[in-house]
Amino acid sequence: MNLRAVRAIYIYEMSRTFRTLAQSLLSPVLSTSLYFIVFGAAIGSRIQEVDGVSYGAFIVPGLIMLTVITQSVTNAAFGIYFPKFIGTIFELLSAPISFLEIVLGYVGAAATKSFIIGVIILVTANLFVDLHITHPFWMIAFLALTCISFSLLGFIIGIWANNFEQLQLVPLLVITPLVFLGGSFYSISMLPPLWQTVTLFNPIVYLVSGFRWSFYENADVAVGVSLAMITLFLGLCLSVIWWIFKTGYKIRN
Amino acid sequence: MNPIVSIKKMSKTYKGGQQALREVSLDIQKGEILALLGPNGAGKTTLISAICGLIETDSGTITVAGFDIVKDYRQTRTLIGLVPQEITLEPFETVFNTVRFSRGLFGKPKDPEYIEEILKRLSLWDKKDSAIRELSGGMKRRVLIAKALSHEPQVLFLDEPTAGVDVELRRDMWQTVRQLQSSGVTIILTTHYIEEAEAIADRVGVISDGRLLLAEEKTTLMKRMGKKQLRIELQSALKEIPSALENYKLELAEDGCSLQYTYDTGQDRTGVTRLFADLSKAGIHIRDVHTSQSSLEEIFVDLVKESA
Ligand SMILES: Nc1ncnc2c1ncn2[C@@H]1O[C@H](COP(=O)(O)OP(=O)(O)O)[C@@H](O)[C@H]1O
Ligand SMILES: [Mg+2]
Repeated sequence: MNLRAVRAIYIYEMSRTFRTLAQSLLSPVLSTSLYFIVFGAAIGSRIQEVDGVSYGAFIVPGLIMLTVITQSVTNAAFGIYFPKFIGTIFELLSAPISFLEIVLGYVGAAATKSFIIGVIILVTANLFVDLHITHPFWMIAFLALTCISFSLLGFIIGIWANNFEQLQLVPLLVITPLVFLGGSFYSISMLPPLWQTVTLFNPIVYLVSGFRWSFYENADVAVGVSLAMITLFLGLCLSVIWWIFKTGYKIRN
Repeated sequence: MNPIVSIKKMSKTYKGGQQALREVSLDIQKGEILALLGPNGAGKTTLISAICGLIETDSGTITVAGFDIVKDYRQTRTLIGLVPQEITLEPFETVFNTVRFSRGLFGKPKDPEYIEEILKRLSLWDKKDSAIRELSGGMKRRVLIAKALSHEPQVLFLDEPTAGVDVELRRDMWQTVRQLQSSGVTIILTTHYIEEAEAIADRVGVISDGRLLLAEEKTTLMKRMGKKQLRIELQSALKEIPSALENYKLELAEDGCSLQYTYDTGQDRTGVTRLFADLSKAGIHIRDVHTSQSSLEEIFVDLVKESA
C-alpha cells in the first residue's frame, strides 16, 4: 500500500477546496440559509408541526442530506474528471499506485469535504431553529456513510464521463429529482397513498428518514431498513469500483 | 552490463485498429542519452507510454532494472520519470505544491530541501509560489521536468522536450539534459528534429511507422551511413573531366573551378590517395580542399526511404 500517495492525493484535493473556500464551502451554506428563510421562516410559520417537531426543525436533516448528497456526487465526479480533462491524469497512471489507492485519495477527500459542509450547515441551522440530536452517534454514522457512498458514486460518474455534459447529466437528471422528492421537505405520511408507495422506490427516502430519526426519533421507515439501504448502496458502489479496477474500464487508453 | 530498460518484441494496436508499434525490441544502457528519432505518428509517444504504464500493450515484455513493468509496476514506476509531450498542468496550482504532490504520489517521504534543489537547478525557485498559469511556456515545460524529477528517478523520459520551443530555449534544454545525465540519470528523449539528436544524443534510435529501424551509437551511425564530400578547388578552370578520372564519379562545378568527390567513410579505402595521384598525373593543380560530412538528416531520409 502506497499510503504516501493516498495522503498526497488527499492533501492536494483538500487544498484545492481551501483555495476555493468561497465556492466550496460558502455557497452551500448560503443556499441552505436561503432555504431556511424561505421554507423555515416564511412558509414554515404557516405549517403546523410535523410529528411534534416544528417545521423549521423538521426540514434540517433533509436539507443537510440534500446538500451533502449533491455535493458528494459533484465534487467527487469533478475531482477525477478534471485531471482526465486537462490531461494531468497521466501522472496518476504513471505513478506506482493502484487504482484502489487513487479511489481512497479522491473519494476520501470528496467525502471529507461534504462531511465538513454537512456539519457547517448543521451549525448554521442551529442559528435559525432549535435543534436537538437524540442519537449523535447514529447521526454521524448516517452522515459519514452518505458522504462516502455518494462520493463513490460521483467518482464512478467522473470516470465514466467523456465530456462536461455527461458529467452534469446524472446529477442533474437523476440525483437532484430524487433528492428533492426524497422527503426532505415533507413527511411521507403527508402524501396520498399512491404516492407514498411510489416514494418507497426512491432510495434517498431511506437516507433522509434514517438521518431524521437520529435527530427526532421519528421516521418514515424503520431505521433498520434505512441502515440496510445505505449499506446496500455503499456495497453497490464498491462493486462497480471493483469492476472498474478489474477491467481497467476507461482508465488506461 | 545489464540494460536499465529492456524491451522485447513489443507490439501495440490501438482500439481503432491503428498499429502503432510492430515488434519493437530495444535495450537502453544506464547513463546514456538515447534519442528516438522519427516523423510524426511514427510511434514514439506510444513506445514511451507503454514503458511508463500509460497504455497496455498487445504482446512483448518490458523490464526496467530487471523488474517487469506489469507484474512489478511499483518498482519500475518508482524508477521512472516522465515528461509528456503535451503541457498538462493544473493552471491554478502553485509550482511548489505541484512538485511536492508528484513526490508524494510516487511514495517518497517529504523533502523540501530536495525540491528546492531541483527548482533551483531548473531556474524555477523564484517562481515557486506562482500559479502555473502565470508562467511562460518554457517555464511550464521545466515545471513538468521538476515534477518528473521530484521522486529521484533513474530513468527520465522526455517526449519532444523542444517541440515548438525557440532556438535559445532549445539550447537551454539541451544543457539541462546534459546536466541531468552527469548526475547519473539515464535519458530517453524523442524528437523529430535531427539536429537535436545529433547535438545531444549518445545513441540514436530511428522509428518509422511503428518499426525501430535501428539503434546505434551516433558516431558509428554517422560513420556507417555517413558519406563524406571532398571538394577540390583547382588552380585553373577545367572544361570537362579528363577521361582518366572517369572512375571517381567526380562532379565538375559550373564555373569549372572545383571538383566534388563523394566517398563512403565506412569503406576500407576511400580512394583519396589514388585520386590525388591521378589528378597530378592528369596535370591538374590543386589550390585547396574541403571536406564535409553528411548529417543525420540525410542518413535519416535514406533510412526511411529504404524501409518504405
Ligand atoms: N489514443 C490513440 N488511439 C488511436 N490511435 C492512436 C492513439 N495515439 C496514437 N495513435 C496512433 O498511433 C500512431 C503512433 O502515434 P504516436 O505514438 O503518438 O506517434 P509519435 O509520438 O511518434 O508522433 C499514429 O498513427 C497515431 O495516429
Ligand atoms: Mg509523440
